Amino acid sequence: MNPWLQHLPVVPIVAPLATGAAMLLFGESRRVPRVALALTSAFVQLVAAATLLYLSSDAVPEVWPEGIGVYGIGGWPAPFGIVLVVDRLSALMLTLGTVLGLAALVYSLTRWDRVGVHYHPLFQFLMMGLAGAFLTGDLFNLFVFFEVLLAASYGLLLHGSGRARVKAGLHYIVVNLLSSLAFLVGVAMIYGVAGTLNMADLAVHWPALQGGDRALFEAGAAILGVAFLVKAGSWPLNFWLPPAYAAAGASVAAVLAIMTKVGVYAILRLGSLLADTGAPAPFGGPLLFYLAIATMVLGIVGMLATQQLERLIAFTVIMSSGILLAALGTGAPSMTAPALFYLVNSVLATGAFFMLAGMIERVRTTVPERADAAALAPATYAAFAVEDPPDPYGPDDEIGLAIPAAMAFLGLAFLCCGLLVTGLPPLSGFIAKFALLSAAFGAAGGDGPGPDEWLLIWVLIGGGLAAVIALTRKGMRVFWSGAERVTPRLRIIEAGPVAFLVSLCIALTVVAGPVMTYLDSIAHMLQTPQIYVRAVLSPHAGTPPDEAGHGQAGP
Amino acid sequence: MEVVFALAIGVLTASGVWLLLRPRTFQVIMGLALLSYAVNLFIFAMGRLVMHSPPIIATEAIVDPALYADPVPQALVLTAIVISFATTALFLVVLLASCGLTGTDHVDGEERD
Repeated sequence: MNPWLQHLPVVPIVAPLATGAAMLLFGESRRVPRVALALTSAFVQLVAAATLLYLSSDAVPEVWPEGIGVYGIGGWPAPFGIVLVVDRLSALMLTLGTVLGLAALVYSLTRWDRVGVHYHPLFQFLMMGLAGAFLTGDLFNLFVFFEVLLAASYGLLLHGSGRARVKAGLHYIVVNLLSSLAFLVGVAMIYGVAGTLNMADLAVHWPALQGGDRALFEAGAAILGVAFLVKAGSWPLNFWLPPAYAAAGASVAAVLAIMTKVGVYAILRLGSLLADTGAPAPFGGPLLFYLAIATMVLGIVGMLATQQLERLIAFTVIMSSGILLAALGTGAPSMTAPALFYLVNSVLATGAFFMLAGMIERVRTTVPERADAAALAPATYAAFAVEDPPDPYGPDDEIGLAIPAAMAFLGLAFLCCGLLVTGLPPLSGFIAKFALLSAAFGAAGGDGPGPDEWLLIWVLIGGGLAAVIALTRKGMRVFWSGAERVTPRLRIIEAGPVAFLVSLCIALTVVAGPVMTYLDSIAHMLQTPQIYVRAVLSPHAGTPPDEAGHGQAGP
Repeated sequence: MEVVFALAIGVLTASGVWLLLRPRTFQVIMGLALLSYAVNLFIFAMGRLVMHSPPIIATEAIVDPALYADPVPQALVLTAIVISFATTALFLVVLLASCGLTGTDHVDGEERD
């Protein structure tokens, strides 16, 4: 094994961290080096993530025998040191996040990165937090990376300023600060009784806890679960989500599309490790299931009630969170792989959709928005000593390469995103929903679906119908109503990322079979957490053999 | 000592929650600050309350861990303090921006009658 290859798991975290810090050395006015650094870092991250995905698959068993790579930071062995763990699930999520991040970054170069200061460093720190949250092997670092992710997202959400963003941002920040405090309480309780925060070590220790200790552990896990559910956007903790996502700039909203999935990932990861002797309530079981159904119902009502396209997409994000949590809440192992397929599809589709919404916004009226964006810009730029307050809309008309038939592109992309989000054939959204429905029918065993499965099936189908109604209405209003329509001039770097994400979904449709097989193997690994635990706690994991040691931590 | 400690955490949490539910942004930020103090104390308490024992274990001899304080919660609490300090400062900026943009210190950006 190439000695440098063992350092690969840390690259997706270190690359954006170093890049973000280096960018701060350049002034805000030196845009070219900043953009070059940002693109390089996003590309390096994507390559590293794709390599990790490749290494964790069956293709090269000699590198990581069980498909799990463990990187001990500083060479300390697992229960005592901090480890990064790459397994198939985290590699998949990481790749998904970096693909979306690269697309959103390219898209933002048209104008979003210039409507405020420090867009690029914040974006890099967001990517760092995202990568860290997927890769970390212990709970406290999960908290730290969540905070990095959230702190960067606060900045990005407020990027461009304006009344709507500050108002939505205020609620977003308070709710997330509160959930972070809940996270800390949960982590502290778990440490207090189990004496360890390493997730693999927790899975070993927790079945042995008895009596009061066990009750405390479960209470801690429940508080932790509440914090994850806030991030995942589960009812009744998700009323911050639609205003925040709708107020954020299009490129920021596109990245935020994966942030709710970080909460789902954490629930999936901890749920799988703690499932051995019955997972605590938030990580599975009827409570999660009914909360998820309520989330989906809220998504349906919201989609039908809203007038604004960005809010509509935000409600489809809530809907997709509800579907994922419901799939996990059924507790049926056969639901995991379809849920992961749905997750990949929905992240790519909503990311593309948010970016598309940013372009569609310009179809109708550009005047009020221009006034809003310009309201604070002069003062902000003066404060940061930037020489030219750039007019974010100016360059579009002069140097922008106009795509012929911009409206045709917008219409086609809207149609594709609509099909993907609603789950209609022939694109991958349909395959995801079909797999979920088929798993729900099969989950109950021989005698057909039980009442819970029927509930899930009907809400799932009803959600699709509601999305079709809402999107058709919105599409007709945007594209067919003949009011004061302005055909926007699109640029390649703006339309390209949307086309890229949509074509990824189309590719996902074509290779659905192999992808499903791969996701099945992830589901299998999640059902047998012993593989994960053994890999992380093995004496040689991530350390030179002579220093490695394995012991029992805690009181 | 445990009783005093528990009471302190309880009072801080209760005041924090009450302030958090108030409609003014300044009350909310005070509530968040008090809650984060409570959480920091709570993390510290999870390492067990012991007095007069160092958290750093000497390397030379085989030692009895019972004589030492648990260093992990102390490390955790340091991180938590830094993070909550930073996010509170950030929230303060947003609060001021909100006040400047909307002309009110209500959390919804508009007065309710």
